[in-house]
Amino acid sequence: MIELIDVYKIYDEGENEVRALDGVSFSIAEGEFVAIVGKSGSGKSTCMNIIGALDVPTRGTYKLNGTDVSELSDNELATIRNKTLGFIFQQYNLISKNNIYENVELPLIYQGVPASRRKEMVINSLDRVGLADRLHHMPNQLSGGQQQRVSIARALAANPPVILADEPTGALDSKTGKDVMKFLMQLHESGKTIILITHDNSIAECARRIIRIHDGKVISDIANVPKPENLE
Amino acid sequence: MNVYQCLKLALKSISGNKMRSFLTMLGVIIGIASVITLVSVVQGFSDDMVSAFDSIGTNNITVTLNGRGGNMNVKPEEMLRLADDNRDLFTSVSPTVTISGATVKYGSSNIMSVVYGGNEEYAKIKDYAVSSGRFISYIDTSNRNYVCVIGTYVANELFGTSNPIGKILKINGSAYTIIGILEEEGDSTETSTDNMVIIPYSVASRLARNGRITSYTYVAADAESIEPAKTVIEDYLYDIFEDEDAYNISNLSALVDQITELTDTLALVLAGIAAISLLVGGIGIMNIMLVSVTERTREIGIRKAIGGKQRDILSQFVIEAIITSGLGGVIGIIVGALLSTILASLLGVSGGVSVSAVILSFSVSVLIGILFGYFPAAKAAKLNPIDALRHD
Repeated sequence: MIELIDVYKIYDEGENEVRALDGVSFSIAEGEFVAIVGKSGSGKSTCMNIIGALDVPTRGTYKLNGTDVSELSDNELATIRNKTLGFIFQQYNLISKNNIYENVELPLIYQGVPASRRKEMVINSLDRVGLADRLHHMPNQLSGGQQQRVSIARALAANPPVILADEPTGALDSKTGKDVMKFLMQLHESGKTIILITHDNSIAECARRIIRIHDGKVISDIANVPKPENLE
Repeated sequence: MNVYQCLKLALKSISGNKMRSFLTMLGVIIGIASVITLVSVVQGFSDDMVSAFDSIGTNNITVTLNGRGGNMNVKPEEMLRLADDNRDLFTSVSPTVTISGATVKYGSSNIMSVVYGGNEEYAKIKDYAVSSGRFISYIDTSNRNYVCVIGTYVANELFGTSNPIGKILKINGSAYTIIGILEEEGDSTETSTDNMVIIPYSVASRLARNGRITSYTYVAADAESIEPAKTVIEDYLYDIFEDEDAYNISNLSALVDQITELTDTLALVLAGIAAISLLVGGIGIMNIMLVSVTERTREIGIRKAIGGKQRDILSQFVIEAIITSGLGGVIGIIVGALLSTILASLLGVSGGVSVSAVILSFSVSVLIGILFGYFPAAKAAKLNPIDALRHD
């Protein structure tokens, strides 16, 4: 369902050009759990931005469910981000002035879900991360792990097929980080396509497939047997 | 995202920054309040003037004869016949003689009063009514009867509670029989219109300086008759004097038009000045919206990342600007209404804010929100989500 064909992302084309992505090709099928691993500056974030429809490639083709995303307008990209993808960020990226309920509700509002159905979907989603009793808390009243769970609930609220997690454990202590990873593995088992972007090999070990990126190129793409014992 | 969601967000953002929102609104509040106040006070002033002139009679045409080289060739009878010959244009006419500072004496008491000379139509022209006795008649003027009608101040001062009718008054030394008392016009004080005496013009001309009657009041049948009536008088007098400077024909409606025009211009100028403060208010809104967009860059990034379209972000910020300035407009209207009521009572003019002024000011304040909110909102909507997410 995700297909990158010879994708380039080049900044400052010309003398000082930076090739953040230098001819990347891979595809991810529905239901996979893929980790994209690389050091800082390797191009993995650019890769995530493109997969996440936040950015379009300079050259090459990115197909999502058969649609060439590089040809889409800003508004069409927004619709894809809203309906097909769920984002989990390193810094949680909750809106600090909105309470938990409102944060999780936001993608549903943008999708135009009627208010009567929103409530059920929000509570359902928060229930999955075990925070249904915190609806009216503000983000800063929660711990980092709880905030990350809210952001997962937000990513799940609109029930998108693909979850994009960008260093989801980066701001968490190792125990909470492990909880988040266990949760992602559960999500994968429930049928979601999970794409995990990380620099941390031990986190990447949770995935079924590991794509390594270096200097904007894919250097390895191998299947992996998850080692959940790392999380114990 | 629908309007209700945008409204909720806007109210949240405004109430989350109460002090800042109020200061932002202040420009609009001051602008709208001053427009409302200035326009309504000037309008009240203008209305008062116009109604004052209306009560004098805008259909009245005043003719003043200067004569030519001291030579006066028009007799009062001829001037009156002019109206009789054109009854389709004129409803009434009276010579008007004014003798101010006349001594009015009864027995041992005397007062200073204003004496007017007129004919039997004078009461109708001036809209006076007699409360007891009768008014001057045609016989009185043609026979030059020494009779008079007095105002309530004169009656109260000289006669107290006794009935003045039939008593003899002395005006500047001549004796007049009182035939009627006017209804109270003002408040029966010395400076009001109730301090007056009306006598036949034919008698009054003898009291006047040179024995001539130089002023006439014609009443046109209606507003449309004013101009043709003036032409009739003008033609007649020009035939006699062959000199336009020998007479003057004036009508209040022209003056009322001028006053209205003047106050309209005044209102426009004042509103223009107030509009400048509205402009400043609008710039204030734009400024704060720009700051707000910068402060909320990360929030905008999050919203865009999870599916907010440009249109959603744009309407969120535009509606916030509209609410800010519309709320300022509502407060401004309330403040303006209060101020104009206070000012009107201080200045003694009739106040009252017109509905159209309220609707107009509210629309203007909403328009300001759209106009000055659009640019910052467009800036927010166009933010690149990746950069916005990285923003601290």
